[in-house]
Amino acid sequence: MDILNAVVLFGNFVIIPATTYGAQLALGALGITLVFSILRFANFAHGELMSFGAMLTLFLTWYFQDAGIHAGPLPTVLLALPAGILGAIAMALVTERTVYRFYRSQKANSITLAIVSVGVMFVMAGLIRFMIGPDEHVMSDGARFLFKASEFRQATGLREGLAIKTSQVITVGVAVLMVAALFWFLHKTRTGKAMRALSDNPDLALLSGINPDRIVAVTWALTAVLAAVGGALYGLDKTYKPFVFMQLLLPIFASAIVGGIGQPVGAILGGFVIAYSEVILTYAYKKFLTYLVPESWAPEGLVQLLSTDYKFAVSFIILVVVLLIRPTGIIRGKVL
Amino acid sequence: MSFLSATGMSGGYGTGPDIIHECDLEVEAGKVAVVVGPNGAGKSTAMKGVFGMIRLREGRVMLDGRDITALSPPERVSAGMAFVPQTGNVFVSMSVQENLEMGAFVREDDITGTMRQVFNLFPVLKDKRKQIAGELSGGQRQQVAIGRALMTEPRLLMLDEPTAGVAPIVMRDLFERIRDITATGVAVLMVEQNARQALEIADRGFVLVQGRNRFTDEGRALLANPEVRRSFLGG
Repeated sequence: MDILNAVVLFGNFVIIPATTYGAQLALGALGITLVFSILRFANFAHGELMSFGAMLTLFLTWYFQDAGIHAGPLPTVLLALPAGILGAIAMALVTERTVYRFYRSQKANSITLAIVSVGVMFVMAGLIRFMIGPDEHVMSDGARFLFKASEFRQATGLREGLAIKTSQVITVGVAVLMVAALFWFLHKTRTGKAMRALSDNPDLALLSGINPDRIVAVTWALTAVLAAVGGALYGLDKTYKPFVFMQLLLPIFASAIVGGIGQPVGAILGGFVIAYSEVILTYAYKKFLTYLVPESWAPEGLVQLLSTDYKFAVSFIILVVVLLIRPTGIIRGKVL
Repeated sequence: MSFLSATGMSGGYGTGPDIIHECDLEVEAGKVAVVVGPNGAGKSTAMKGVFGMIRLREGRVMLDGRDITALSPPERVSAGMAFVPQTGNVFVSMSVQENLEMGAFVREDDITGTMRQVFNLFPVLKDKRKQIAGELSGGQRQQVAIGRALMTEPRLLMLDEPTAGVAPIVMRDLFERIRDITATGVAVLMVEQNARQALEIADRGFVLVQGRNRFTDEGRALLANPEVRRSFLGG
């Protein structure tokens, strides 16, 4: 029996990666939820918008690396991220002006808009493939670890190591900052309150003199910020691969719906529910259990509930179960 | 001419048939005008006509001598009108204070004075200003709705059935508050289902039937009119 080693092992392979992944999903789900609560449709192009922001960030990162500009121990991506954000905002506003505004003026329903967003998704994906190709790229540089597993072992004398990657700390830290800034914006600023008002009661918002076109533009801009940051953080933590973002749509939508679509707090909760479920169900518990039970009881198999190949099935199953049992998601009620 | 004078309004929804026919409504500054009539008489439609929420095929709307027929609802808000719809008249997910702030969205100047006036008019809202409007009782919600509309400091306040679904005692209190509002010189035009009580406080009453003006008189005179009593007030 060795509880301490078991806890460290669990922390290293479940809690830390799941928290990082949860933060990335939460940022994505917040974007979905913002668009849904103001524009009333499921934006399937959100994954590609994340990809687009991450790609621009990557381009500028390469330029900085060639020019010898770097951020010391921090990844160069952080320096390039503001430009990636601006590019994603421009992209979102261009699609709003050229595509979505037309359909809003036609008073198109949610289904039509969702299908339109699928079209936008394919165009954006094509554009990205055209600009950067289909290959995988490493985004991280600088110091790879905050502390390594070996350092942890030396410091504590435990057999198991706990490693924390720089990208993980940055992901969680930036996600917390983004969420705090978003909530401050929605609850403390005039424009943020007008967004909530428009989401709550569009007719009364009009009677109060709130200009919907302006609020919609602000919504797209905020969504693009969340998308670019989420995409770049995901690429930084893993690698940048254009194909990944279409697959990411499923866990992101699942997060938004599980939490209660249109609810920012729900999007965050949902992100962590999905991330933890995925990691917990696909982790092989053999070593973990070996620490906890007497030697003779040690399991022979991997004790893995689900192969990692099936991790996307986890979000799918959770999505189906939530829709069957609690269609409103964790947090009920009006949107935003 | 009256402060608000809507004359010869005919129109309906979209390309559908006319709901109101040559309908006239008017109200003086500091006075209450009440529109009553049976269900489907076009009372709410007439209000929407005055506020520009439906396209009038014919007729004119004058506010303080200015022709506002062509203005959009937001432009009419800027011109000094405010409208409280019958349903969905508060932002249910926002606090009382935020509701009032949204009412004043078009204003660039300091709104604390106006908010203080609203809190003086409806003291209960001051205590509940941090509470979410959706959690308030029906009567308090109506107070938030009226308060929101007052935040632009309108000269004409339009209310569509402000007492729908509230308890009788709350209704009386709301009517008193509405009289308080007119005491500051604001003109009030409202549609009411509770015709008898509404006509008691009305300076002017309009009885609409099938989209047309049927009777127009002082509120008390209409109450005393045997034909009005028999047809619309249940004897």
